[in-house]
Amino acid sequence: MTYFAKPKLLRPDTPKNALGYTRRDYEGAISSLCAGCGHDSISAAVVQACFDLDVEPHRVAKLSGIGCSSKTPDYFLGNSHGFNTTHGRMPSVLTGAALANRDLIYLGVSGDGDSASIGIGQFAHAMRRGVNMTYIVENNGVYGLTKGQFSATADKGSKNKRGVVNTDSPIDLVALALQLGATYVARSFSGDKEQLIPLIKGALRHRGPAFIDVISPCVTFNNHAGSTKSYDYVREHNDAVNRLDFILPRDQIEASYAPGELRRVVQHDGSILLLRKVKTDYDPADRVGAMNHLQERHALGEIVTGLLFVDSTSESMHRHLNTVEKPLNQLGDAYLCPGNSALEALNASLR
Amino acid sequence: MKPTDIGAPDYLHKVVDCQWACPAHTPVPEYIRLTAAGRYSDAYMINWHSNVFPGILGRVCDRPCEPACRRGRVDAEPVAICRLKRVCADLKDDIRHRLPKPPAQKNRKRIACIGAGPASLTVARDLATIGYQVSIFDSGKSPGGMMRSQIPKFRLPDSVLDEECGYIINLGVDMHYEHWVNSLRDVLAAGWDAVFVGTGAPRGRECAVPGRQEAAAHIHIGIDWLANVSFGHTTKTEKRVIVLGGGNTAMDCCRSARRMGGEDVKVVVRSGFDEMKASPWEKEDAISEGIPILNMLVPKEFKHDNGKLTGMLFEKVRAEYDAKGRRSLLPTGEPDVLMECDEVLIAIGQENSFPWIERDIGLEFDKWGLPVLNPTTLQSSLPNVFFGGDAAFGPKNIITAVAHGHEAAISIDRFCRQRDLLRRPSPLTNLVSQKMGIHEWSYDNNVSEESRRKVPTKTLDKTLLDIKLELEIGFDPFLACAEADRCLNCDIATVFTDKACIECDACVDICPTECISFTANGEEDDLRGRLKVPAKNRDQALYVSDTLKTGRVMVKDENICLHCGMCAERCPTGAWDMRKYFYKTAAAGAEAPRK
Repeated sequence: MTYFAKPKLLRPDTPKNALGYTRRDYEGAISSLCAGCGHDSISAAVVQACFDLDVEPHRVAKLSGIGCSSKTPDYFLGNSHGFNTTHGRMPSVLTGAALANRDLIYLGVSGDGDSASIGIGQFAHAMRRGVNMTYIVENNGVYGLTKGQFSATADKGSKNKRGVVNTDSPIDLVALALQLGATYVARSFSGDKEQLIPLIKGALRHRGPAFIDVISPCVTFNNHAGSTKSYDYVREHNDAVNRLDFILPRDQIEASYAPGELRRVVQHDGSILLLRKVKTDYDPADRVGAMNHLQERHALGEIVTGLLFVDSTSESMHRHLNTVEKPLNQLGDAYLCPGNSALEALNASLR
Repeated sequence: MKPTDIGAPDYLHKVVDCQWACPAHTPVPEYIRLTAAGRYSDAYMINWHSNVFPGILGRVCDRPCEPACRRGRVDAEPVAICRLKRVCADLKDDIRHRLPKPPAQKNRKRIACIGAGPASLTVARDLATIGYQVSIFDSGKSPGGMMRSQIPKFRLPDSVLDEECGYIINLGVDMHYEHWVNSLRDVLAAGWDAVFVGTGAPRGRECAVPGRQEAAAHIHIGIDWLANVSFGHTTKTEKRVIVLGGGNTAMDCCRSARRMGGEDVKVVVRSGFDEMKASPWEKEDAISEGIPILNMLVPKEFKHDNGKLTGMLFEKVRAEYDAKGRRSLLPTGEPDVLMECDEVLIAIGQENSFPWIERDIGLEFDKWGLPVLNPTTLQSSLPNVFFGGDAAFGPKNIITAVAHGHEAAISIDRFCRQRDLLRRPSPLTNLVSQKMGIHEWSYDNNVSEESRRKVPTKTLDKTLLDIKLELEIGFDPFLACAEADRCLNCDIATVFTDKACIECDACVDICPTECISFTANGEEDDLRGRLKVPAKNRDQALYVSDTLKTGRVMVKDENICLHCGMCAERCPTGAWDMRKYFYKTAAAGAEAPRK
């Protein structure tokens, strides 16, 4: 654990984004997680994604539950809104916040325990309701805070640090998200920022529930031979279906691609997802195909990563519920309480 | 790129920018840490071994270390390295018992040093401590050479000079004062085993414009005038004084004149302000004493009234640069400027002068009148004659003279023992982990964000009245500690062990200055451009690892590393470690490594 804050000294050529912020401006407190924790890499990826997207920090609300993963919002976006909720309850608190104010960018951070065990019901309903959010699960397959018991996402047959074999079937949150109606579904690896950062960017600019399952090795309890969530294992079995380049509407597309190897998805805000195919002829617009592919490769012991499904025509919960556009805290007394005459008029219309 | 070999002595040495820039390679961060810890005597001894005159250099060094200081690349100003050196000299205990003793059994070799300046004194110290009998000949009455004659006492009091020259003389060096050597032939005939020439650059350059001869009584050569001031022959100046020249001698002249009755003292320089040779801090000191510096003015004529100087005429010029960047000064065409004055000090440069060396004894000189030397060994074309300091390659500075003295001493020792002079002894290097606990280091890795401390001074109304009153008071222990805290500990090296790395990226994520990247290997130019922050400072090396498991390499840009140790703290496998690199230059008497 580092006892002091990062020095504020910057190199003179520190890159700045369009808002004049450096990457350091998107950081939070110094992490108190174990040195080498995959979660810290995910925090760094969030920092980089927000820096690249010129996100105004005060426009982000980050919410989390309980666990190692749910501590991480303290370690990025130190100038954003934050809410560390109760265990497994991040999705409902986030849903409430989103209903009250649709103007913010909602980032839910959770772990495999928080989302696949105690909070699985919350997770499922946030997905099926179509909450406009980015839902990141920092998935390490163990309960790190309680010394490394298997979590619900640990693969059957994988070994814990003491050599005990897991006998329970795993929950695949990506498969659940696909089945429950998430409109942006991805899996990535904390040790591969080149893949992870564009996926986070795409998710932050997606309208609707965007789910990213990030395999994030627990260096202390789940980074040994026999683990299926260790740095080495994930690197050996990483089966990427595509590589994503995220392009803002203002950016020039510089790279050139051979015809047929590229798929272009335009999101509702004009941002572009350029998907380079890797190996298979994978179609990220085919929800059923995605679920099948996931099952097939999982049976072979492979970890499918990449942008697995995206529906750029999706609608969010606000449309379904016909909510008011303005944030509730900006409506004002006169609007919220229009007075006796308005009540009379309403009553009269129902008579 | 090939994996970096940090075992090569120069690689990690170069990372310690201050030590690398110091001609004598003083282990700067080490003595700064000791100063912060209050171990002033230990800090002094580290200095004394490498730069011989810590108290003197702590006041008047040219400080090549400070422009090189890494802090200057991330902060407004570098660490006040020079003045921290003074702190350890000021606050140390009596260190005489820690000085080396000359061996009782001499080696029967006799060495003559001509001139008692910093180069000769360094040679004498290095050789006397290993058994040589060294004699120093000087025309003056006391040791120190130009350190005594040309640096004003308000910058360097005699007491400091006496103390530090005394440490050397007390090693049993024979001092021959008021001994003017007027023939090298005679010296050589006296049968010395080797002769070292450290006579400096004693001749001030002349300003031959009309009126110079006629008004000579009120026009002086700067370095001669400073020597006269120093020894009390000159005690006052006229009211209106013009100092010609833009170097440190000019600054010493104008500030001395200000203390000797000069009320309207100004400095007139041919070049622009920024191109002046004087160190920035010396210019600042002059300006703060109410001395204007006027630039882009070329002397044209000394105006006089029957030999009584009345003023000086200057031509206004502007600088033009040709395609090769060479400067020429062209008249602007504006009317000439007349400045009234009563006295002029000419400080426009120094030259070497060896009238006492016969040209027919086999000692070769080049077309600039400088001795032909081997740049490594400082040996002249007469094998038993060595040169150092300003006498070797023209005017430089004290710390360079000290560095020459060390090298010449090594050469003289090898010469006297009939060893190959070109095979030099190696520096002593050491690399030790500073890990104390899980996240504890034996150095203070918390990076200070404080700005540079100003050295307290006495008030001008007092110091301008007394030329011998030292202006600077020096840091007290608290200021010294705060300033020392600004040192980034560049000698605590970040050492990477590729076999242990699991490529978790923790170091990349934590690094406050984003100097670590993991990427595919490539040629240097390509690699520099692909780092997390492109490495544009090509003077600073890239630290490249061997190929890692994923086929990538770790690349660290040494340029802006704060040596905060956060990479090593966040590393789960100990692939990063903070190790103290100690580099000590070889001393005379050490053996060269076997081939």
